[in-house]
Amino acid sequence: MPISRPTDLAGALEVLAEVPTADVLAGGTDAMVEISFDHRRPEHVVALRRIDALREHRVSPAVLELGATITYMQIETELAEHAPGLAMASRTVGSPQIRNAGTIGGNLGTASPAGDTLPWLLAMDAEVELTSAARGTRHLPLAAFITGPKRTAREADELITSVRVPRVEGPQHTAKIGPRNAMVISVACVAVIVDTTNRVVRIGMGSVGPGPLRATDAEAAVSEAIDWEALRCPEAAIGAFGRACAEAARPITDHRSTAEYRRHAVGVLAARSLRRCLNA
Amino acid sequence: MSADTTGTTTRTPGVRDGLDTDAARPDGTPKVTGAFAFSSDLYAQQMLWGRTLRSPHAAARIVSIDTSAAEAMPGVAAVLTAPDVPGKATYGLEHADQPVFASDVVRYQGEAVAVVAAEHPELALRAVRAIEVVYAVTAPLTDPEAAIDAPPIHPDGNVFRHLPLRHGDIHATGEVVVEGTYEMGMQDQAFLGPESGLAIPSEDGGVELYMSTQWLHVDRDQVAACLALPAEQVRMTLAGVGGAFGAREDVSLQVHVSLLALRTNRPVKMLYSREESFHGHVHRHPAKMWFRHHADRDGTLVKVEARLVLDGGAYASSSTAVIANAVCFAGGPYRVPNAEIHGYAVRTNNPPCGAMRGFGVVQACFGHEAQMDRLAEALGMDPVELRLHNALRPGDELLTGQVITGTAPVREVIEAAVAHDLPPLPVDGESVMALPGGAGLTAERRDVRRGTGIAVSIKNLMFSEGFDDYSTAGVKLELDPRGRPIATVHCACAEVGQGFVTLAQQITRTALGVEQVLLRNADTQIGSAGSTSASRQTWMSGGAVQLACEAVQERLFERASVRSGVAVEAGRRRHFRMRDGEVVEVDGTFAMSVAELLAEGPIEEIREHHHPATEPLDEDGQGNAHVSFAFAAHRATVDVDPELGLVKVLQVATGQDIGRALNPRAVVGQIEGWIAQGVGLAVMEEILVQDGLIKNPSFTDYLIPTALDMPSVVQTVIEQPEPGAPFGAKGVGEPPTISSTPAVVAAIRAATGRELPRVPVRPQDIALT
Amino acid sequence: MSDHSSPSRPPPSAAQPSVTETYELSVNGRARSVPDAWIGESLLYVLRERLGLPGAKNACEQGECGSCSLYVDGVLLNSCCVLAADAVDADIRTVEGLGDGGHLTDVQQAFLDAGAVQCGFCIPGLIVTVHDLLDRVPDPDELQVREAISGNLCRCTGYGRILQAVEDVKLARLADPEGSS
Repeated sequence: MPISRPTDLAGALEVLAEVPTADVLAGGTDAMVEISFDHRRPEHVVALRRIDALREHRVSPAVLELGATITYMQIETELAEHAPGLAMASRTVGSPQIRNAGTIGGNLGTASPAGDTLPWLLAMDAEVELTSAARGTRHLPLAAFITGPKRTAREADELITSVRVPRVEGPQHTAKIGPRNAMVISVACVAVIVDTTNRVVRIGMGSVGPGPLRATDAEAAVSEAIDWEALRCPEAAIGAFGRACAEAARPITDHRSTAEYRRHAVGVLAARSLRRCLNA
Repeated sequence: MSADTTGTTTRTPGVRDGLDTDAARPDGTPKVTGAFAFSSDLYAQQMLWGRTLRSPHAAARIVSIDTSAAEAMPGVAAVLTAPDVPGKATYGLEHADQPVFASDVVRYQGEAVAVVAAEHPELALRAVRAIEVVYAVTAPLTDPEAAIDAPPIHPDGNVFRHLPLRHGDIHATGEVVVEGTYEMGMQDQAFLGPESGLAIPSEDGGVELYMSTQWLHVDRDQVAACLALPAEQVRMTLAGVGGAFGAREDVSLQVHVSLLALRTNRPVKMLYSREESFHGHVHRHPAKMWFRHHADRDGTLVKVEARLVLDGGAYASSSTAVIANAVCFAGGPYRVPNAEIHGYAVRTNNPPCGAMRGFGVVQACFGHEAQMDRLAEALGMDPVELRLHNALRPGDELLTGQVITGTAPVREVIEAAVAHDLPPLPVDGESVMALPGGAGLTAERRDVRRGTGIAVSIKNLMFSEGFDDYSTAGVKLELDPRGRPIATVHCACAEVGQGFVTLAQQITRTALGVEQVLLRNADTQIGSAGSTSASRQTWMSGGAVQLACEAVQERLFERASVRSGVAVEAGRRRHFRMRDGEVVEVDGTFAMSVAELLAEGPIEEIREHHHPATEPLDEDGQGNAHVSFAFAAHRATVDVDPELGLVKVLQVATGQDIGRALNPRAVVGQIEGWIAQGVGLAVMEEILVQDGLIKNPSFTDYLIPTALDMPSVVQTVIEQPEPGAPFGAKGVGEPPTISSTPAVVAAIRAATGRELPRVPVRPQDIALT
Repeated sequence: MSDHSSPSRPPPSAAQPSVTETYELSVNGRARSVPDAWIGESLLYVLRERLGLPGAKNACEQGECGSCSLYVDGVLLNSCCVLAADAVDADIRTVEGLGDGGHLTDVQQAFLDAGAVQCGFCIPGLIVTVHDLLDRVPDPDELQVREAISGNLCRCTGYGRILQAVEDVKLARLADPEGSS
């Protein structure tokens, strides 16, 4: 049988153990395009649609755990309270039809430099859970999971089963630039977390490097400048934060934009997003 | 046969869904239920799937082609290359300079090298991949300016056409002079239904071809020549067309799919993928344009100088006509007594370019309207005032020396466009979704500035320069099985979405007073209808249907005259008229129902409709080259986030010269749709070509406006019946797309102060300059 | 020639791509057999080319245009992004399955009345999308409508008449909640 339709995780892992070359299918929004465009010729498919456990999320005081096949639409509608920045990012993905299908595990597995949820996940210090029949479960920080553009540390017999996000208090904002008002691949994207629990600002930047990037120097400097009681920040420090984020970007020029614009834009987005998180 | 020069028509009052009503589309119901058969939906028993092997290189010599592995694959029925073409080895809309299959050199990325037919599309794809072509890659010629003098990359040379235009005193100067250089990127028609067709071999050795196209007969003639068949053995029928916009005027897969069907003796279907579609049809010419405008201090235009270079890509397509339009209308809809203009359409190794809505005028208009704003600024004059001051009027001369004998409500369209209310000012609590950047949540209101701009355009209707693009229609009037009159219209006019099928019914209902009007498939069993392009089918095929209806009416009156004993010879119309399904005597008491008159048998008439003849342009670009003109003005209002360079087009207000609204609801839809394409060109649409290679052949990266990008459109149509036009109606399709683009860019300039000499305007053009 | 009334098309003759699968789909309430289909076939392809249901259109093959929109288990999806072999045991509803006994739905009728149809290639997908929107959100504002249909590209209309049609259905349904289809 060239297609396996397991109804539980164990079943899926078993197939992957036997046929490590199998293509894993979740929402289909990337995999099917690769087939249509002749970038992938499937010989064996493991479809995850029937595994209910992968579509669940759990909220504990410390951690938000998102099953791998939670869709963007679920995030947008069901997780707006627990993960506001992720919900904002999810709403910018494709069209309603795509958001009904595409999954967070798929966004991780594809590991596009433009992956819309990745900046937020990186800023939140998320960990990816990988599971195999042979070796059980391991957790990788996102930065270790993504090894390059469209490359990950997932072994052939592993499944992305969930992503775990440490919970922090404080405002968040995600902003994404595309040359159209809907349905665009990100040209530049940021997720800014004003983490009042740890009194640090964190930023994840997308489409300005081989994978999502942090700007640690910028984060450290602006975290110092913020009045954490009032949640205010001098305008000069916000401007400096934007410039430092732009400095930390490693953008390229391609058919979607130029390196120069991406660097500029990510700085503007960083400053604006921070401003929106703070009290005027 | 005669051209209709009366500008009038016989009207039958009271008929339901006749002219001037919002009659419903006859194809509407199947289109909303999914039952309508587009060309991609076709299917035949034992059908094979065709697929094309295309060059990955923009320029290369073909060293060898080995098809043996592909031919040996199970399920592969045929693999064809250049030697398999039995007839003419090349085709082309105006000049047959494009090989059916490249055999010695390839001149653009995507040029067809071979085709296969297989039992399944996946097998066809694998067979295509199994064909081994060895290329010796050469440096592509991609700079159109350099191409003018570069060594020829085709035996026919690199300059498709150099068209000089000299009008009045070319040495005249004005007191105020403004100069600018402008650039337009390559736009794609991006119709939704990709190229597709089904070819079925026929018993006589010919082929039946079901195809989505804009002009059946010109396709047929090219297919027949390449197949070495007489034209009558290539029978083409229009299959459902999923949009066209110029991209289906040239042959795409017509020859290939027919060759495969004849070779395999089985039905063959071909269907381009979206990526292949980007390589498989012509695009709008990218343009580099220099303009110098001279005016007196009071704003009166004195002279326009321009040099326009259009990149036609590897093959001619309609480049020679496109450059003529750009040159003829480089002055815009204004009185310009003196001009010197040089237009070049050149061959490069870039993707071939040809027809797209607006056809050369889009490029020129972007330049001349930017110049008018520049001039207004230099004069300290209001841009609207400057345009009104110079607006063409009936009786004025164009740059070609042609006098406008028809209507020219330029002032009226401008005044109508600016009379609309501006969009509402921002309100507290507005959704950030409505700001530039949309769901990306990039901006707040404080980041945004608003701007408004205006642009005006002129567009020729029908083909120009002496081309007799006539149309043919047949109308048959008979009784249905229940004894009621029913009319059947036959016309090869390609319905591509514009609504000719509705109009043909409306015309027939009004002319003959019958409610039941059937439409035969558009096919080549009747004479040519010409192309569905150049805003011409309402005039040309509408006119042909009207002439055929009048001929049928004439026969009814003839019967009435026999039955009534009212002796008449010529000019029966003075004695009879149609009224409520009857033929009645004008000055008498005779009346008889159409049904009764048809009892003795059906009536069928076929007529051709020709527009008044035009002339070629002379060596100075002078001559009565055009049939008629339509005008439009657009005022755009935009919100811009200057720091990020993101734009939200809020509103486009327009006044448009349409002659007469034959189906007012359809007019509204046409105007909105064409404005969408103009907005797209202004802010997002461009085929990115680097070293001759398309970087974004997909709907992920070639962006067209979504519902969140489309502004509100407020429109006023100016109805001044055009003398000589059937029903007084002008085509409405093209003008909205021509001046909406420069209007949007003018609005962005107003909001940001940037020069923006290039479209589409990219975020970095605003944010980083 | 094109014959979409036939319940099922004969499978293409013997030669098939190597990796095939036989399965059954439930489409518009009917069980449909899909014998020996290449594993990589999308639901869009199977509906159109194997099951004789061409209402979902193929314009981009990458989830960018919405022309192939349909419901899978009541969820609006692009069928080009659904692997057909993975859609077994799902309830698939296409534009062909929306009407009731040959009558147009209120959305279909409104598209006709508003003049929203030109070439019509995008229209079946839009009809499904608008049904989905108005069944979930009975009283959307204009921006919500625009966002909901932003994944359905139309090249002919500029969306103006489509937005009008949605507004017309919305108002009619709000005025007569029982009358909606």
